[in-house]
Amino acid sequence: MFADELGPRARRRVQIVSAIAFVAVAAIVALAVRRFAAEGQLAPELWTVLFIPEVLRFLALGLLVTLRAALTAGFFALLIGGLLALGRLARSAPIRWAAGAYVEFFRALPLLTLLIFAAFGLPKLGLDYSRLTYVIIALAVYNSAVLGEIFRAGILSLERGQSEAAYAVGLTYWQAMLLVIVPQALRRMVPAVVSQLVTLIKDTSLGAIIGLEEFLRRGQLEGEFDRNPLQALLFVALVYILLCYALSRLARRLEQRQRRRYSAGAIQVAGAGEDLAVNEELART
Amino acid sequence: MDVVVDNLGFIGRGLVTTVRLTLLSWVIAFFIGLLLATCRVSPVPPLRGAATTYVTLVRNTPLLVLFFLFFFGFPNLGIQYPAFPSAVIVLSVYTGAFVGEAIRAGLNTVARGQAEAARSIGLTFPQVLAIVVLPQALRSVVAPLGNLFIALTKNSSVAFSISVVELTGVSSRLITRFAQPLPTLFGIAVAYLLLTYPSGLAFGALERRLAVRR
Repeated sequence: MFADELGPRARRRVQIVSAIAFVAVAAIVALAVRRFAAEGQLAPELWTVLFIPEVLRFLALGLLVTLRAALTAGFFALLIGGLLALGRLARSAPIRWAAGAYVEFFRALPLLTLLIFAAFGLPKLGLDYSRLTYVIIALAVYNSAVLGEIFRAGILSLERGQSEAAYAVGLTYWQAMLLVIVPQALRRMVPAVVSQLVTLIKDTSLGAIIGLEEFLRRGQLEGEFDRNPLQALLFVALVYILLCYALSRLARRLEQRQRRRYSAGAIQVAGAGEDLAVNEELART
Repeated sequence: MDVVVDNLGFIGRGLVTTVRLTLLSWVIAFFIGLLLATCRVSPVPPLRGAATTYVTLVRNTPLLVLFFLFFFGFPNLGIQYPAFPSAVIVLSVYTGAFVGEAIRAGLNTVARGQAEAARSIGLTFPQVLAIVVLPQALRSVVAPLGNLFIALTKNSSVAFSISVVELTGVSSRLITRFAQPLPTLFGIAVAYLLLTYPSGLAFGALERRLAVRR
């Protein structure tokens, strides 16, 4: 926040506070480590058991299920989301209305409510699928609504002159949309879309609640089996952090590149979720 | 819609639980966020580092992993709370990271001259922040905070995983018991809309009221 150099007094104050803060942070870490040690949670076998080949394989297969669910759901969400955005901008009122109702309804519900409905409700309606399918359905339906909103915001963020110029050279509505508007809008959406896809990967973990053996559920099972739930879940958290952090970095890079090239900021979407709500910050740093 | 009408009391209790979860977690998350944002812009490197680490770790962990870690892992460290307080703690810790990022974004929008002017008349860092910069920053982040509040309302559903009976827990029980999934889904959707729609309006009104007119 301060660009100017600190004076001698302020610098001394900062040094003193830094020393105190350093000691405080170190003390917190030390207390945490002591707690682990006191409760016997630092015992090496509780940690090393996570890395024997059978366990690693068990967990890795869970991670594969996570990635499979995320990729499949992401693919359908992008596809349906694109159609929804076009639908909401269509000239026919019933199509606009239907697409709008879909987006507003599914965006208002928590993803978990949809997942519970899919897993416990659909079978009662005679639709029996696997748990993986239920997770994919819930993720795809929810994220298509969110992505639809991102796409729409991206398309609307384009200057009116673009479509006016397209009509002026004789293009029809759909020609203008597909040849002129959408290709330009796509570039502006990329960071928001990547950010939402990272959220989607995190959200696949909700499948654990309905018993899908994805990464988190497998971590939990391993914790029950070897009686090291703390270590197993910390390991699961670490893998998620590495994965999502790498992808968020990618999103940030894309954002910066697109800023340099087109001097247009990324679009903002209201009510899309916690990651997108702070996406603005992502753009600035 | 019988299933909804007959169980209005049950749904109402779930609604109240969701509201309590959301409001309690929001208050705590707001203070965590304020603290994190302050640390991240402070001239004190250890505080900056600690806050950045917190935000990076929490942001990239799925909410459900935090729930499981706290509820099934932490008892091994002798840290054990009943389901409802656990849910409040986890939701606050998680949302706090995002609130911190939103407030920090707001702090960055305040013109640099403001902080420099404040410092040049002799205010210390905490004074600069509390008297000059934060009040201006907070009014510019009302919209993102509103989005976070709505996201929190929806995220409170994850408390279902540790068997807190809030709206989503209610919907799960109704679906299993009465086998009328569609009416139940609509009923629960209306209940969530009763929460998110007014809060969206409220944050919108707040934003307009606090908007800086120049």
